[in-house]
Amino acid sequence: MARQPEGPPPPPTVQKLRIRYAKRGRLRFASHRDLARALERALRRAQVPMAFSAGFSPHPKISYIGAAPTGAASEAEYLEIGIAIRCDPEAVRVALDTALPPDVAVLEVVEAQEGTGSLADRIDTSVWRVELPGLALAELAPAVEKFLASDVVTVAKRTKNGLKDIDARPAVAGASASEEAGCAILHVVVRQVTPAVRPDDVLAALAAVADLRPPLPPRAVREAQGRLDDTGTVADPLGPDRVARTRCQGEHAPV
Amino acid sequence: MTAELRATAGESLYPRLEPLLAQIQKPIQYVGGELNAQVKPWESAAVHWALMYPDAYEVGLPNQGLMILYEVLNERPDALAERTYAVWPDLAALMREHGVPQFTVDGHRPVRDFDLLGVSFATELGYTNLLEALDLAGVPLHAVDRDETHPVVVAGGHAAFNPEPVADFVDCAVLGDGEQAVGDITDVVAAWKSQGRPGGREELLARLARVDGVYVPRFYAFSYGPDGTIAAVARTRDDVPVTVGKRTVMDLDEWPYPKTPLVPLAESVHERMSVEIFRGCTRGCRFCQAGMITRPVRERTITGIGSMVEQGLKATGYEEVGLLSLSSADHSEIGQVAKELADRYEGTNTGLSLPSTRVDAFNVTLANELSRNGRRSGLTFAPEGGSERIRRVINKTVSKEDLVRTVTTAYANGWTQVKLYFMCGLPTETDEDVLEIAELAVEVIRAGREASGRKDIRCTVSIGGFVPKPHTPFQWAAQASAETIDSRLRALRQAINADRRIGRSIGLRYHDGKPGMIEGLLSRGDRRVGRVIERVWREGGRFDGWSEHFSYERWTQAAAEELAAFGVDLDWFTTRERTEHEVLPWDHLDSGLDKEWLWEDWQEALSEEEVADCRWTPCYDCGVCPTMGTEIQIGPTGRSLLPLTVV
Repeated sequence: MARQPEGPPPPPTVQKLRIRYAKRGRLRFASHRDLARALERALRRAQVPMAFSAGFSPHPKISYIGAAPTGAASEAEYLEIGIAIRCDPEAVRVALDTALPPDVAVLEVVEAQEGTGSLADRIDTSVWRVELPGLALAELAPAVEKFLASDVVTVAKRTKNGLKDIDARPAVAGASASEEAGCAILHVVVRQVTPAVRPDDVLAALAAVADLRPPLPPRAVREAQGRLDDTGTVADPLGPDRVARTRCQGEHAPV
Repeated sequence: MTAELRATAGESLYPRLEPLLAQIQKPIQYVGGELNAQVKPWESAAVHWALMYPDAYEVGLPNQGLMILYEVLNERPDALAERTYAVWPDLAALMREHGVPQFTVDGHRPVRDFDLLGVSFATELGYTNLLEALDLAGVPLHAVDRDETHPVVVAGGHAAFNPEPVADFVDCAVLGDGEQAVGDITDVVAAWKSQGRPGGREELLARLARVDGVYVPRFYAFSYGPDGTIAAVARTRDDVPVTVGKRTVMDLDEWPYPKTPLVPLAESVHERMSVEIFRGCTRGCRFCQAGMITRPVRERTITGIGSMVEQGLKATGYEEVGLLSLSSADHSEIGQVAKELADRYEGTNTGLSLPSTRVDAFNVTLANELSRNGRRSGLTFAPEGGSERIRRVINKTVSKEDLVRTVTTAYANGWTQVKLYFMCGLPTETDEDVLEIAELAVEVIRAGREASGRKDIRCTVSIGGFVPKPHTPFQWAAQASAETIDSRLRALRQAINADRRIGRSIGLRYHDGKPGMIEGLLSRGDRRVGRVIERVWREGGRFDGWSEHFSYERWTQAAAEELAAFGVDLDWFTTRERTEHEVLPWDHLDSGLDKEWLWEDWQEALSEEEVADCRWTPCYDCGVCPTMGTEIQIGPTGRSLLPLTVV
């Protein structure tokens, strides 16, 4: 029989909180692992009563849903945490936001509601905004059109096993170009498929179809994530919890 | 300083750096913004310190010494301290291409703009990284080529007890504890600046040379005899001290630093908070430079430890606290510290850990308390020598029976992983001494399986080549050649694998003998070795502590060519045994240890005689306390930790 640690098992999860947060500024250079570590430490500093897994190596119950790549900023990252003592979601939001570095903002915390399904099932698409310094709209717009008109756009993607050719076109549900302060901006809606198609891959695709080569490193921001519906709209993944909650207001202890 | 420079001094390089960060590996290590990091306004401080750990960020960030000085300096209203680390080659190439100089991670300010660049050398293998940083910073490599607009380059850390190999590149070295020394240096620089920099750089360095613990190599000239040994070390000014003594901080409770440890976003080599529970060690292990140069033992009290743990956990959110020192289980109240901290943090998943434990100081109660609230990690013991005979030589005496019993007890109490640290190439060592490590490991597994009733216990033997260090009784010893080390390690591996039924439970981790030879050259080298370091750096040498960057051939070739003119070579500095009265390159640097005592201890090592710890037995006259005006500070205090009030 497997050995068990002495003492009682850890207290069970009594509440699940779903969190939307942003990574901005310098912290766009943080990797998913970097952010995960920062979050776990911030949860401890904020004294959020986390539920822990049992065993010799208890871990706080945190599920990360997707993660923006290193170098990309995001306004829509999601995670879910298990709590051992019921808390007011807004109090958790404020405490966690205060405990995190200024470039990580906790935007919303909602309580997961019974019967609304998993958070991961509500996310299959990313909405990206990619600033292309040094590039004009007149250069970007025709490239985007050419890309959208293509059926297949093969790009080389760096994977663990070296370079691999993938077709970047099918993952892209929509793309458009705009301009702000003389800087071209690519807006692109990308389905989360495997292997992942990221903003870099879309830019590689633009280079492939139209020889578009930004003179300076682009800056990508994930603006939203959610389920893509038939009308091309990306639904707010925390929506179902919010709707269910207004029907059934629970009692909460402060953090 | 020119008007042009002053106009832009301290300006952030981040806008120019950011586009480069998108093109490199692990950019997070260069962006700063760690929890508890500080960026003070440039103009608010009279004296600006850049503090460097000359290795990768992931290694340098957790360094306690640098963190302490960073806080101590930033607490002064007239000083500002920022950190800088070695830049990996991918970013260094881009920085050169785009003209971005070495920067601090806090304010991304050019290192060139600071008044002082303090570099902490835990290991000599960081020397090429110093040269790379100076070059990237736009600071002349050679101290003599700098003027009063350049930062004063200050070496610190244990390697600074023999700074001669880098004497050409540093302006001064600080011996011993830095907490008070950096304050004194700040005062001197502040006064000199406010007086309008009288006498230029030469005058500033002369003033620094009169600060306790500060050595300014340019004011000391070396001459050599026909056999290559040092004939004399002579002062070039009579207003600097003949010998420079180390600094010692007394009463650690008055120095509760770091109070707010830095927490990086990036992964680092120590994912925990550390509290130094005592400084110094008088166990007298003869190979151990740290134990020799940091005497006497100064304990932090149990209540001092308790408040640092409390404040540090609040400030960081770490889930593990390392109780640091050179031999933590030797703290006079360690059992109570562990128990009362475990009581305080019951139910919070906060673990405690010690670095490796002395076999004779281990007990299961202590180990259980340490892991009560956290994860049970493996246990690490450091017998260092494979045979009882060699353990007497190094003065780390423990019998084979005690060793096996201790490790077996750990297995019987539920630990499944035990790590054992050893050294190879110790003075007087024979093949048999090293082969006994295999016997020991086999016996540990056999007895452990029996005592625990489990087959899945493991023992990892970690072994590296011994490098004789300055200010130790082994400073005269011949270093074992890389070939000797490698052949003994090969024989050890074969012996461990002789019986696969046992051998599969034993892991062997070892380093080949080559890097040790270079570490040996840099440890006991003199000023002539500076040319070798510079040559290696010019030929691309960086990150020499990393096996994937280290090139033995580059070092040996540079050593052969640069040292030939002096009639010495790599072997002369490493595998040559020194005689009693040879002038050693660090003789004018005083760790407090009496050279005659060190020689006696060396002779006693050769005759396998032990020395007891002066904490519990009478003083054996190593010389440190009377020379330095210090004393042993240990408990027990009789105090205890009260439960924390729930907030």
